[in-house]
Amino acid sequence: MTDTLEHGRPHRSGTVPRTLGFVARKLGGAAVSLALVAVLGFFLFRVLPGDPARTMTRSAPVSAEQLAQLRHRFGLDQPLYVQFRDFLVNLARGDLGTSYTYNRPVTELIGERLGPTVLLVGTATVLAVLLGLWLGTRAAWRHGTATDRWFTSVGLTLWSVPTFWLGLLLLMAFGVGVGPLPGLFPVAGMSSPDVPPGVLPRVLDVGHHMVLPCVTLVAVIHAQFMMVMRSSLLEEMGAEYLTTARAKGLRDDAVRRGHAVPNALLPTVTLVFLHLGTVVAGAITVETVFSWPGLGLLTYEALRVPDLPLLQGTFVVLASSVIVMNTLAELLYRVLDPRVRA
Amino acid sequence: MTTGGPSADVRARRPSTLAEGWRAYRNERGGVFGLAVLVLVVLLALSAPLLTDPAGLDVTRVEDAPLQPPGAGHWLGTDESGRSVLLLTWWGARVSLLVGSCAAALSMVIGTLVGVTAAHFGGWTDTVLLRLTDFFLVLPALVLAIALSTVLSRGVFTIVLAIGVTSWPQTARLVRAQTLTVQTRPYVERARALGGGHRHVLGRHVLPAVLPLVFATTTLTVASAIIAESTLSFLGLGDPSRTSWGAMLKSAMDTGAVTAGAWWYLLPPGLGIAVVVLAFTLCGRALETVLNPRLRGEGR
Repeated sequence: MTDTLEHGRPHRSGTVPRTLGFVARKLGGAAVSLALVAVLGFFLFRVLPGDPARTMTRSAPVSAEQLAQLRHRFGLDQPLYVQFRDFLVNLARGDLGTSYTYNRPVTELIGERLGPTVLLVGTATVLAVLLGLWLGTRAAWRHGTATDRWFTSVGLTLWSVPTFWLGLLLLMAFGVGVGPLPGLFPVAGMSSPDVPPGVLPRVLDVGHHMVLPCVTLVAVIHAQFMMVMRSSLLEEMGAEYLTTARAKGLRDDAVRRGHAVPNALLPTVTLVFLHLGTVVAGAITVETVFSWPGLGLLTYEALRVPDLPLLQGTFVVLASSVIVMNTLAELLYRVLDPRVRA
Repeated sequence: MTTGGPSADVRARRPSTLAEGWRAYRNERGGVFGLAVLVLVVLLALSAPLLTDPAGLDVTRVEDAPLQPPGAGHWLGTDESGRSVLLLTWWGARVSLLVGSCAAALSMVIGTLVGVTAAHFGGWTDTVLLRLTDFFLVLPALVLAIALSTVLSRGVFTIVLAIGVTSWPQTARLVRAQTLTVQTRPYVERARALGGGHRHVLGRHVLPAVLPLVFATTTLTVASAIIAESTLSFLGLGDPSRTSWGAMLKSAMDTGAVTAGAWWYLLPPGLGIAVVVLAFTLCGRALETVLNPRLRGEGR
């Protein structure tokens, strides 16, 4: 909001320094956010529990000796400021500590699970954006018709459904099978153990496993993109340049594709990135339902114990990646939209 | 429009403004439908202790067969320990509605405080608060809520706190923007020129102008808070001593009801969430349209 105000100033002293200033401000903001994530990560998992060692062992009876040992292993017997300093130093080195349940470096565990999550969430987001933008455009263009009402109602309903419930339903209907209907898709995991060798069969196998989790995510996520695109395009449709375009003799389709949609797309792009947090949330539950071996399932496994170092690791990684993606989007937005740049 | 405090004629005008608002709201078909559904669900939830016997929720006191399909004895079948799914769903509504509304109320209070403070005092306060709001806006709320409810002791209060603390940024942005607009109006300037302090200006002029829209947003926040509650319960972070819709779905998954094809156990709690969330969403959108026709249901 402050940006638009500043750029609305009448005196214009060169675009380059202003762009540099903008980039510097955005990068600075991102750096502050990342630092806040680190502080919050420390506060949530070291300070807030009071005694993290006791929290981690709350489901199993442990002796005072074992507790003391555990505290020593995780450095919890040090004063808080020493712990905080060590945490920051290790974080800068890319060391997120050791997992309590796996007894392996958290970074290693996260690294193993990153690929599947990026594959699933990436595919689902791209599909959801494409579907949402397409449906939103059609709904807005036919504003007030039965098509519009139908798309909006379906979108709102899907948006009101908890992701994990939709996942469970799909799992039961198409994974396990209901009544005479056999299960069409695998119910858990990312690959079958008995895949014939070769690249193509393996890719097909992973694709087969990905259908249900991906459909679940797309069904829920696309709704918000559709609603945003719809209202953004509706706002554009009152604009005078569209009347001009029509007066030039352009057909409806050309007016929509060449003039209205590109302008409506820009605010949508930012909102798409702002909603990445909800995509991450969806990934956690969907991976839990379908046992997809990604970061979401790792988070779920960690919170059941609770394995605080591992949970801290997934928190820091998920939060920072969303912040980084957002900053990239804001920078990209400036490249894309000449109105903000000028 | 240069009235100072709420004088007699302002007070007289208030009921008629409300009536006008209600007339506009009645034209929103979705909103009326949502409101009707909500009234029905709230009445059902409140009447649960009057119309049903909570003993049926106690695992040790039921003797029916587990995972029975719907039939004469149990209209919606039974769960993995032989309890009636209908009874569980009925009682589950109480937790979902309670947690959803309390969390949304908490988020409304935090958001309004942050937004008004930032806009009214400006300068460094504004910069810092805006920075903080943007940080929490981008941060994946569920991940933070998971962290909070994992380290704090299990219970309804923890869940309310976890959701409330993570869902205020949108409200804060909205309130800040609204406050900035309201403050430039002549009557606020006049109040300030006449020597009205911060408390007077905020309490008598800014808040009354901002609150209706906050109310509309909060209605939408209840919807997302109910989804968040069910998600946290589904992940096993809810209050273990109470039945909620999310917790029902968790036990359905954990006890193999999904692989057993027990659709009667899966459908009622999920439909409950979907219907209530949709109802709140419809009400919130209708309220937004009534209060600010330019918004055209942009929320969310």
